[in-house]
This record gives sequence, structure tokens and C-alpha cells, in this order.
Amino acid sequence: MRKPTFTAWIGLAILAAYLVILIAGPHLAPFGQEDIIGSPFGDPEPGHPLGFDQNGRDMLSRLLYGGQMSIGVSLAAVLISFAVGIPMGFMAAIRGGWFDTILSRLVDTIMCVPVLISALVVLQALGSSLPVLVLTIALLDSTRVFRLSRVLAQGVGALEFAEVARLRGEGNWWLIRKEILPNVASPLVAEFGLRFCFTFLFVAGLSFLGLGVQPPFADWGGMVKDNQQAIVYGLYAPLYPAAAIAILTVGVNLVVDWMLAGRSAPQGDNR
Amino acid sequence: MSRLILKRLGLGVFTLWLVSVLVFAGTQVLPGDVASAILGQNATPEALDVLRRDLGLNDPLVLRYVTWLKGFATGDLGNSLASGQPVSELIGSRLMNTLMLAAYAAVISVPLAVVLGILVAVFRGSIFDRVMNVLALACVALPEYFLGLLLVLWFSVQLGWLPALADTYPGMGLGEWIKATTLPALTLVLVTMAQMMRMTRTALLGVMDQSYVETAWLKGLRAPRVVLRHALPNAAAPIVNVVAFNIAYLITGVVLVEAVFNYNGLGRFMVDAVAKRDLPLVQASALAFAAAFVLLNMIADIAAIALNPRLRHPR
Repeated sequence: MRKPTFTAWIGLAILAAYLVILIAGPHLAPFGQEDIIGSPFGDPEPGHPLGFDQNGRDMLSRLLYGGQMSIGVSLAAVLISFAVGIPMGFMAAIRGGWFDTILSRLVDTIMCVPVLISALVVLQALGSSLPVLVLTIALLDSTRVFRLSRVLAQGVGALEFAEVARLRGEGNWWLIRKEILPNVASPLVAEFGLRFCFTFLFVAGLSFLGLGVQPPFADWGGMVKDNQQAIVYGLYAPLYPAAAIAILTVGVNLVVDWMLAGRSAPQGDNR
Repeated sequence: MSRLILKRLGLGVFTLWLVSVLVFAGTQVLPGDVASAILGQNATPEALDVLRRDLGLNDPLVLRYVTWLKGFATGDLGNSLASGQPVSELIGSRLMNTLMLAAYAAVISVPLAVVLGILVAVFRGSIFDRVMNVLALACVALPEYFLGLLLVLWFSVQLGWLPALADTYPGMGLGEWIKATTLPALTLVLVTMAQMMRMTRTALLGVMDQSYVETAWLKGLRAPRVVLRHALPNAAAPIVNVVAFNIAYLITGVVLVEAVFNYNGLGRFMVDAVAKRDLPLVQASALAFAAAFVLLNMIADIAAIALNPRLRHPR
């Protein structure tokens, strides 16, 4: 991997800052996420640098609490989608036959429907709760991971060293671990970044629609929705959480751009 | 070529059918009882049983699917659980609103993106190219509601040019309609334009590096002719694909934008229906969105086949 460029350093710095929020956000918050301590949409004052939200809660503290929720939910969903998608994709590539055909056709069909619409259908049936939210997004997203890891594994599986290992009588698990995984790690890591970006925006979008993370928990998408009316009065309240979302996605994009440099994958290709 | 196109048409119809199965499965097979959703928690088991029988919920799954699909084909989409009104009446006008907003955005964003993409490809490496590249990256990464809120802050709160809410009503004049919907359309333009522009640039540059284009330069042709007549036709297929993909994205991106501007479209309507867990409404809206998505992708593939010079002039 080549040395980080200037923009890559900016991206890495952004990611580091958000990592701190993810781990320690609520501990850094000066006030609780439910404490009503000011007037609705109150202006910034000493001790409250970003002012107050629609219920008179400290904006900065809500942002710090919400970060853990927004990032945590998306991270959990992406991790599950990779944990499901990668083994399935690798197995489909190695075994082929009916296993591959059935899974691939199923995935193709699911991908024919826009993710947002599929998610809305599932949330209608099951109602919106945290586990449903995380699992729905993870499973819908795992279709994309499945496709990529299947193609990557097929590429490696056709190479001579993999053929040799197979003829030597190595099992599938050994093939995946020793031959395929090391050779496809870097595109998968880049994909992880892009998928995280997508999922993060998606979770925030669902919350913005009122169907994602439910109150009383603070989360950035929901905060944009709750404070939205303030924009009509020229107040910045909804822009803080929206900017928090936007800056993280820009940061991830900068880092992924650097990791993918020289490869020709256009950004946002599979949002 | 016509055989390829026919094949793609057949595949499109088949996909539509598969999607209908998927939507049906998603709404019917997943746990969650429609009858108790209608009658509420306190309903007696007898009342639930009667309602289930009336709704046909006790029939075998396949029979229910066939009945549902037949209803769809004849325009009978059932009644909304929340309001009792026929779904087709509720959905029709809102679907029109959504399609009009998407069309308004597409009419601006597609030509603008392709022209800008050609320009940045021609002036590759210049300041103009780099600035557009950064702007495009920003637009791809920013969520719809962030861009939407910024536009509201600038154009309606600070400048007072356009309304912050996209209020539309039947029978309003075209001028008023455009005034009300320009901000949501502009948001969609910004979100979709970036990717189309970058793809146009990439596809065109890929072709411009080939030797036949160099020959065209060496023949002494001028830049517009080299780019538009020699390079562009061979870059058309990927450009058409990404354009169609983004128009299809408009169809769902519109859901968030409608929520920002409180626009009376199918997206906002579907979100409300999901919140109320109104099954027939969600089914019909989901199928409408999915069908639009599948159809657009099919049209794009067919256009790409038709535009491919190698398939158009077979040896």
C-alpha cells in the first residue's frame, strides 16, 4: 500500500476523531441525553457551545451520545453482513453447482428491489426495534458482500496454486483461509469502508424518516428530523447532526479513495 | 441485435414477476399478524378469526398470492387498513407526483452531468477538472437531507427566493408548481449528478486513450469532432448504464427528499404507511417502486445494446 496522501491523512484524522466518539462519546458529554436544561432551540451560551435542541437539551451532549448509537448500529450491521456474505460468497465460488445457482439467483432477485424499499417492507411487518433494524440492514447488505466475495474467490480459485491445493486434498475451510482470504483481503477491506459509508447513511436516513433508531435514544438521523423545523427560522440546529453524518462519510471516502488508488472502481457505485 | 433485445425484455418481465413474489413473501410470510394489527391488542379470538377468514388469511399461501396478483392486474389493490379507502385511489395521484418530481430532476441533471463529464474529460488534469472532482466527491458523500437543508437555508430563509416546503395541490399552474418543487428537484440533481459526471469522464477517457482516437487527432481533426464523433459513441454504453442507474436511484432518493420538503409523493406516503403498519398500502407502494426500478434498468440495458456500435453493425 502506498504512502497516505494529504487527503488520506485528513480522512484518517476524521476517522480517528469519530472512533473516539464511538468509544467514549457519552463519557465526554457534559450533560445527559435526556436532561432538559435550556429553552427550545436556545442560542449557544458558555458551557453549551452548540446551543439547545427542540426540547431544550444540550446539543453537544446529544451529538456525543447519538454518535455512539449511529456509528455503533451501522458498524454492527456491516460486521454481520460481512460475517454472512463472505463465507456464503466463498462457499458458492468453491462448491459451485446447485448451491451457487440457488444463492446467486436469490441474491439477484433481492438486488432487483431498491434496498430502501425492501427495508421498508420488512420494517412494516416486524416494526422498528434495534435488533430488527440491525439484522434487516445486515442481511439486505450481505447480498452485495456475497456478490463481491464470490467474484473475488472465483478469480483466485481459478489460479494454479489454488488448483494445486485442491488436488493435494485440502478441505474447503483450509482453501478459504490459506489461499483465498490472503489474496482478496485488500479489496474486501476497501469494500468494508464503502459498505460502512452506505450503511451509515442508510441507518441515518431511516432514522430521519422516523423508522430507524427510536426515542428516547439520541441518534444523528433522528436529531436532524427532530430539529428540522428550526431551519425555517434560520437556526443551525439540524445542520449539526447532518454535518456530523456528512463529515464521517467524506472521511471514509477519502480513506477508501487512497486505498483504491490505481484501481478503477467509481465511488458510490453500489449505493 | 433484436434477438438480444427480445431476450432482455423477457428477462425484465420475469424479474418483475420474481419481484412481485418477493414483495408478497416479505409482507405475508414474515411474522406479524395482519388481523391483530387491524383490530388491536384487545380483540377477542373469535373476532380475529372472522376477520382472518374475511381477508382470506386462512387460505393456502399460493392461492392468496394468485388472488393478490389477479387483484393487481385488474387494478383492485384492496383497501387501506387505516382509512378504509381503496389503495389504487390513494396511490395513483401520489405516484404521479413522485414521478413528476423525479422527471423534473432528471431533465436537469442528466444533460448537465454528461456535458460536464465530457468537458472535464477534455480538460483532464486542469484546475477545472480538479475542482469538479472535489465537488463531485462532496456531493456523493453528503446525505440528501443535509444538501436539502442547506438549500432551504440559503434559497428560502436567507434569500427568500423559493418556498421551504414543496406544497402542491391539484390544478396548480405550471409556474407555481415549478416554484414549489425547484428546491427538492435541485437537491436530487446534486445527489445524482456527481456519479454520472465521474462515470462519463472515466468512460470517455478510457476511449480517448485508444489508438483510433490518436489517429483521429493525427489526421488533424478538431477537438469537438474527435470527442463527439469518434470517442463518445464508444463510451455511450457505460454512460447510459450509469445514467439509468441514477434515474433509478432518483426513484428511491426521492423518499428522503420528500420527507425534507414535505412533498405529497408516494415516498412520504409509503413511510407513513410503514409507521402505521398499513399492509395493503405498503405492498402496493413497494411494488410500484420496485417495478419502476426494474423497468428503468431494463430500458437502460436495451438502450446500451442499441447504442453499442459493434452490435449495431454486425460483420
